[in-house]
Amino acid sequence: MAASTSLLKESPLDPSCAAYDHTVLAGDHWLHPVKKGQVLRIVDVEGNQAADTLFYNLHEPLDRYSASDTIRRGHNLYLSTGTTLYSTRSHALLTIVADTCGRHDTLGGACSRESNTMRYSFDVEPMHACRDSFICGVQQWGHGMNKRDITCNINFFMNVPVTPDGGLSFADGISGPNRYVELRAEMDVMCLISNCPQLNNPCNAYNPTPVRVLIWD
Amino acid sequence: MEPIYEIELTGAGMWSRVISRGKTLRLTDLTGGANVGMLLYHAPERHERYNMPDTLKGQHIFYLRAPYGIHSDMGRLFASITGDTCGWHDTVCGTSDAELVEERYGVHNFQEARNEFYRNGRECFLIELAKWGLGERDLVPNINFFSKVVADVDGNLSYMEGHSKAGDHVDLRFEMDTLVVLNTCQHPLHPSTPYDPRPVKLSVFPNATPTMEDATMTVRPENARAYRNTLDYYLLSR
Ligand SMILES: [Zn+2]
Repeated sequence: MAASTSLLKESPLDPSCAAYDHTVLAGDHWLHPVKKGQVLRIVDVEGNQAADTLFYNLHEPLDRYSASDTIRRGHNLYLSTGTTLYSTRSHALLTIVADTCGRHDTLGGACSRESNTMRYSFDVEPMHACRDSFICGVQQWGHGMNKRDITCNINFFMNVPVTPDGGLSFADGISGPNRYVELRAEMDVMCLISNCPQLNNPCNAYNPTPVRVLIWD
Repeated sequence: MEPIYEIELTGAGMWSRVISRGKTLRLTDLTGGANVGMLLYHAPERHERYNMPDTLKGQHIFYLRAPYGIHSDMGRLFASITGDTCGWHDTVCGTSDAELVEERYGVHNFQEARNEFYRNGRECFLIELAKWGLGERDLVPNINFFSKVVADVDGNLSYMEGHSKAGDHVDLRFEMDTLVVLNTCQHPLHPSTPYDPRPVKLSVFPNATPTMEDATMTVRPENARAYRNTLDYYLLSR
């Protein structure tokens, strides 16, 4: 099912002019600040990958991305061009300014080894999962952070449609090779991406692939 | 059956207690139009908490109702919804904050309104959480019992007024020893003015030990596995 095409918007920014350009390999995490006014682009290099993403106020880690505040302020479940991402203290963190995918999920959260035993089977517990990557990421940042600081994240490029009668499914991706989402930082933020290592989910054809991150000043 | 505990909360009230496994909490909407914002934590290990994403994706559902389960972020089952006359409980819209209440209802402080002063859900959660050594880091998307919010195909949300009627109730059978933190502030998308949060009755009953054949365990295989994880926890820790 295609997302509303009216939300698709290309960016005029030229990758060769980016101040920062990095590829996050499948299953790796990426921790990097994005300063107010900078633009962050996340590229789904091969298509149908999930970029599990958390944002924090760079100067006050207690103030962080809030899925429920973003949903209730935007009166919408999906993220796309024009969506502002809100923090737990009701600050505008970033605004999506371009999007060639059309829809991104913020209900599905991250995979974890513990929840994988619930979702799939007990024997998948040893497999690498996003929460462990997030834990590595917040420990790398410091501030004494741990699992408590990992809240309901964004899944860029994931399609989790909700039906009017309240069903929820993990549908085939509406993303594709080189689709991207671009966000303008409304304040200084720390971005933490877990490039999902999930090998149990048909959405990525059981094959995690890289994402590319670019930042323009 | 007589409850072993019962209390009535006024609108915009707050409450937090540990409810152990083997007990069922009944929430009753006394006048219709109530909202109970709820957060859940594992009582002895409070870093383990209610997880909205796992609850929804584990059960392929966008809202809560009987006989579905309430999942923790550690692959376990906090509670099963064993009774429900309401049929739809929101868990994606979060709670109100001071800014929202002021924008929609204005300011009523204690000096002019005494105990009718305006509170918001976030403030109530933080007050109760602080009593258990928890705080802002522990605020995650909560459940809003008695409130129905639907989404259209483009994801636009609509709050359904008049969803919960006087006497509607929901029963939560606890499968783990759980710190329950709740408030009775209005749903953040409740469109009407004036500020009018509604009272709720809380009743606790003992329940029989669940089996793997119970409705929550059979409605989705994910719930049976989460319950197995819960049983494993108690096997090791007791
Ligand atoms: Zn993942």
